Amino acid sequence: MLGGLALCRNIKQIRAVAVAGSLVLIGMSVYLLLEYLALPALTHEHPMHFYDSWVWFESLNIHLAVGVDGVSIAMILLTSIIVFAGSFASWSINQPKAFFLWLILLSTGVYGFFISVDLFTMFMFYEVALIPMYLLIGVWGSGNKNYSAMKLTLMLMGGSAFLMLGLIGIYYNGPVVDGAHTWDITQIVNNGGVEKGWQYFLFPITFVGFGVLGAMFPFHTWSPDGHASAPTAVSMLHAGVLMKLGGYGCFRVAMYLMPEAAQELSWIFLILTGISVVYGAFSACVQTDLKYINAYSSVSHCGLVLFAVLMLNQTAMTGAVMQMLSHGLMTALFFALIGMIYGRTHTRDIREMGGMMKIMPYLAVCYVIAGFASLGLPGLSGFVAEMTIFVGSFQQGMSEFMAGAGSLKLVFTIVACCSIVITAVYILRVVGKLLLGPVQDKHHLELTDATWWERLSTVTLIISVAAIGCFPNFFADLIRETFSGEIFKAVL
Amino acid sequence: MDYSQFLAMKQEIGLLVVFLLVFLYDLFAPRYAVAGSDKKAVKGISTITVVLFALYTVYGFFCTVGDAQLVFGGMYSTTPVVATIKNILNVGVLIVLIQSMQWNASEPQIMRRAEFYELMLITLFGMYLMISARHFLLFVIGLEAASLPLAAMVAFDKNKYESHEAAVKYILTALFSSAIFMLGLSFVYGLTGTLYFDKIAEASVEGSGMLIVAMAFVMAGIGFKLSLVPFHLWTADVYQGAPTSVTSYLSVISKGATAFAFMVVMVQVFGQFYSAAWEWMLYGLIILTITVGNLFAIRQRNMKRFLAFSSVSQAGYIMLGVIGANDMSLAAMMFYILVYIFSNLAAFGVIQSIENKTGLVGMDSYRGLSKTNPRLAFAMMLAMFSLAGIPPFAGFFSKFFIFTGALNVGTTAMYVLVLIALINTIVSLYYYLLVVKAMYISDEECEIATFKSKCSERLALVITVGGIILLGIVSVVYNSLLVLTENPV
Repeated sequence: MLGGLALCRNIKQIRAVAVAGSLVLIGMSVYLLLEYLALPALTHEHPMHFYDSWVWFESLNIHLAVGVDGVSIAMILLTSIIVFAGSFASWSINQPKAFFLWLILLSTGVYGFFISVDLFTMFMFYEVALIPMYLLIGVWGSGNKNYSAMKLTLMLMGGSAFLMLGLIGIYYNGPVVDGAHTWDITQIVNNGGVEKGWQYFLFPITFVGFGVLGAMFPFHTWSPDGHASAPTAVSMLHAGVLMKLGGYGCFRVAMYLMPEAAQELSWIFLILTGISVVYGAFSACVQTDLKYINAYSSVSHCGLVLFAVLMLNQTAMTGAVMQMLSHGLMTALFFALIGMIYGRTHTRDIREMGGMMKIMPYLAVCYVIAGFASLGLPGLSGFVAEMTIFVGSFQQGMSEFMAGAGSLKLVFTIVACCSIVITAVYILRVVGKLLLGPVQDKHHLELTDATWWERLSTVTLIISVAAIGCFPNFFADLIRETFSGEIFKAVL
Repeated sequence: MDYSQFLAMKQEIGLLVVFLLVFLYDLFAPRYAVAGSDKKAVKGISTITVVLFALYTVYGFFCTVGDAQLVFGGMYSTTPVVATIKNILNVGVLIVLIQSMQWNASEPQIMRRAEFYELMLITLFGMYLMISARHFLLFVIGLEAASLPLAAMVAFDKNKYESHEAAVKYILTALFSSAIFMLGLSFVYGLTGTLYFDKIAEASVEGSGMLIVAMAFVMAGIGFKLSLVPFHLWTADVYQGAPTSVTSYLSVISKGATAFAFMVVMVQVFGQFYSAAWEWMLYGLIILTITVGNLFAIRQRNMKRFLAFSSVSQAGYIMLGVIGANDMSLAAMMFYILVYIFSNLAAFGVIQSIENKTGLVGMDSYRGLSKTNPRLAFAMMLAMFSLAGIPPFAGFFSKFFIFTGALNVGTTAMYVLVLIALINTIVSLYYYLLVVKAMYISDEECEIATFKSKCSERLALVITVGGIILLGIVSVVYNSLLVLTENPV
């Protein structure tokens, strides 16, 4: 199972290695999924399957502990698919050897993060995943790349500085197992959790630390610049997977380990994420650069993930993970398509383009499909995820309102619901301007449609989007388990 | 007098033997009148020094076993921890020696072939005494032996104006700081009537305001050598003016040794009764040091000045180990210094080989280095990442452990301090990334043409890069340090 990490790192300067490697990864993820489904349900004592732990730094009780539950498996699956599609999308990149090396280092960090159960190794993999971004954007990016790469790296590392303090704090204020403090998440939870007084200090800094990567409202500004400057595959991987690290960390570490503080302080973050949802959507409406539109739409959708997680309701939280999957796939699809269009027209400004439906029908149709997924058309993944989130949030908001516990959740659910309408506005605006309408530049008439590797990349993603849309129950059942009140104590 | 006491000083004796062999070889080795033929003799001396010192370093590891010993009437102490600290310094000195081989064989240096090595070994001897001293007299002897020859080393480039200026600055500040230090000592002696560490601690049970003043003087005196802010003003000029080999020696070995000595003085002498006073003083110093060092580093365009300010701020992180004052933070500090030696020496190794070849030290000249000299650029990038504390390189682990050690204290003040330090790591990441950016992202033509660095330089780089990659991941290193420190000193 750790084989996910053992991806062929001996780079030969051929794409075949990257593609074969990512295929192997998909194969392994699916195998992992099948194995996992055969196992009995998770229990309070054993919240992770395939749990394994090796001592690393004995004196500090640091282990290399791994284990997965339904959510991590879903995330691993998502990563594999996007890495696969990403290697096809960067078929003709400069200096492929170095590029794929960094890309693989990045995905190593991501896989490591999703399977880690030990806070130290988790944090280490988290940072391993962040730093290749600097070089990937700086060297292979476009536009104002120096600025964006630096901004992105510094903001994310700033988040991880808070995180480091939070994690060491959790370590020292967690329970003592066998005469020593422990970094192991499952052990911390099963032995009484973090000391209550400290939770009110540690929960916010940990949540903010991960929230920066999840593009939470005041800390989201790295995201549009970063995505706009990054090369295609990196945008895909970053929006598709890396931003999920933030959301995943928020509930796996901050909320899972500190349930009391999560219940009492969630309102602060609920307001912030509520703002990201709506603000991101409105910002996307006025952008003219395709990548900026998508980046802001990512802010909005990722805000929704955190928003749903903070509802502390099993249905909403399941929806949050569904949204992670759905958003990951469809944003990757978006960025792949934008990269392909940009590679042909050399502009991303929607005012300078038009009538793409005639010129490159294949890409245009894909774009429409991605757009529909994003605005929540039934049958595609976006609908399933958002539906689950809003149903769960509404339930929670309503029951709290009825119990006289304030109407905050209810009000913010209604506010967040508005974002669906705004999403439709900006998606349809782009579709109208870019794909339909008159051709703005007659040079564009000579452009060609997608090549076979581009088709392969997009088809993979579209199939996955449709799969979630058509078989939501399968994924929901996989995920729900983690958020049952028995295992996840923060759930109300 | 019982002469067998000398046997406790195994490492010092070993070092003296190395020094004498080098010295004698230098005296009797043939010296040619013709300039060209001297090159061979220099190479011989360099090789012999390095080999001898390498053997001695290996020998040093055998000295770590054994009991704690207190000899010469309690003036000199050695324990496994102290021996390990000396070994850490040895490893660093060995790398510096290998790095300086090439420079030492260059034209102006040839005439004085072994002087550089001899001076260096003498200063190392002084540092040993500083670390082992349990009496202030011995401590001062060590301090002076470590400082004065260094001034000669700083002035080694006798044809360069900056080198002289740096030496004058260095010697003046060194003397001034010694004077302040001794003033503090005279207060201590006046108040307690003794200069033994343990007796001072006993005698100062009642304490007085005067003793706190004395302590502040002592702290300031050592702070000069560590270049803590506000005693750091000499650092940048001296680092820039001195030959690069000397700069790297100053920035890692001298700093590391002083940091250990500083901790011994603080914990053993003032630890029991004045911990509140000195910890708050150090608290302020750390915040100032880390912040000011970082902010000044951002603006530097000369690589040596840049690393000077970066090393100022690194000293602040090292001091986090002192303020933690527990086993865990002592081990973390030792580990931090070890990692810092490797990372900083990797950076200096790259700077030096480029300087030897082209004479360029500006950060702007490094633009596009990854295209002309990819391996040097790669080594430099790893060094920068390690200094900034990015996993999976050793710097990440050492930072993490030193923060963990400091937070072991558990007070709110410590959380605030660590938070400030952490925010500062972001600032430092910015300027370390500037170097990476210059090397990898700039599209401009590189001023530095492709060249093949010399064998010795490459060897040193391989060692340091290997250390950067392995030290963190291989947990044995840190574990064994922690096991050592858990046994009472």
